[in-house]
Amino acid sequence: MNTADQYLKAIYLAQRIEDGPASTGTLADMLEISPASVNEMIGKLEERGLVEHEKYKGASLTSEGIERAHDSLQTYCIIERFLANVLEVEEFRDEARALESVIDDTVAERLDTIIDRPSECPDCFDPERDFCEHLEVGPDGCAD
Amino acid sequence: MSLGQRVSSDHQLTRLLQIGVVLEEVVESRAAHHLDSLPPAERTAIDEEIRELLTEAAEESADHRERLEALIEDLEAETVAYEEINALVDAQYGPPEDTDGVLYDQLANEETAYKFYDDLIDAVEASDAEFAIDRDRLLETLYEIREEEKEGVEEVAEIMEHRA
Repeated sequence: MNTADQYLKAIYLAQRIEDGPASTGTLADMLEISPASVNEMIGKLEERGLVEHEKYKGASLTSEGIERAHDSLQTYCIIERFLANVLEVEEFRDEARALESVIDDTVAERLDTIIDRPSECPDCFDPERDFCEHLEVGPDGCAD
Repeated sequence: MSLGQRVSSDHQLTRLLQIGVVLEEVVESRAAHHLDSLPPAERTAIDEEIRELLTEAAEESADHRERLEALIEDLEAETVAYEEINALVDAQYGPPEDTDGVLYDQLANEETAYKFYDDLIDAVEASDAEFAIDRDRLLETLYEIREEEKEGVEEVAEIMEHRA
C-alpha cells in the first residue's frame, strides 16, 4: 500500500472516530509523523481531488477519496485477518501496521483467497480498537 | 502505522518471508486444484501445454518455498505447513469457468508473486538494518526467484496470446 493510500485510510478512520473532519493532530498521532508532514501531504491529496481541507477544521475525503480509502482499508483488513488467522500472530495489529507499506493490493488479493472475510468488510472495522469487530481475539486484543 | 517501504528488523523480514512461503503454497495448491476442477471432457481435451504449465508452476513454487524456508530456518522461525494452506485453499476455492479462467488465474499468481518479491527487494535494499542472515545471500535468493516469476508471467502471457 503506498503512502497516499495510507493517508487516505487514516483520514477515513479519523473522520469516523471524530464524526467530522480529521484534524491534523489526530492524523499526525495515527501516522506517527509531524503535523507539518501531514499538512504537506493533505495539500497534495487536495490537488489530486481526493481530499477537501478546511482551515481550523480539518480534512474530509471527497467521494473519490472515500472510494480509495475504502479499498485501502479492505487491504488492511485482509492483512490483519491473514496475520491473526493464518500465521497466528498474537500482535497482529502492530505487525499489520508495520507491514502494510510493503504489501501491495494485488498480494493482499491473493492472500484473500485463503481467508474467511465477512461480506460487509471493511464497514465492520472498528477504528477505535483498530481491527474488525468480527475478528475473534482474546480480552487483551491479541489473537488467540 | 509505518510509512515508507523498508524492512527494519529480523522479525519483519521473517514475517515477509513467511508471507512469501504462503503465496507460493497458494500458487502450488491452486494449480493442483485447477487441474482437478476442470470438467472431465475438458480435462482430457486440455492442451498438453497448459497441463505442463500448471505442473511446472506447482513444481517451481515448491522449489521457491524450499529456498525461502531455508532462509527462515536460519532466522530461527517456522513456516505454515503446505497441508494447512492447501486446506484453506480447498475451503474457499471457486473453480474458474473454463481454460481461459485457469490461465487468467495463473497469470495473476505469477504477477502477484513477481510484485511481492520486487517490493520485498526494494524494502530490503532501502534498509541499513543488519540481519541475522547474510544480506547478499538473501538478496541473491530473492533476485533469482523474482527472475523466475518474471519468466513465468511471460510464459503464461505467451500461451494466452497464441490461444487468442
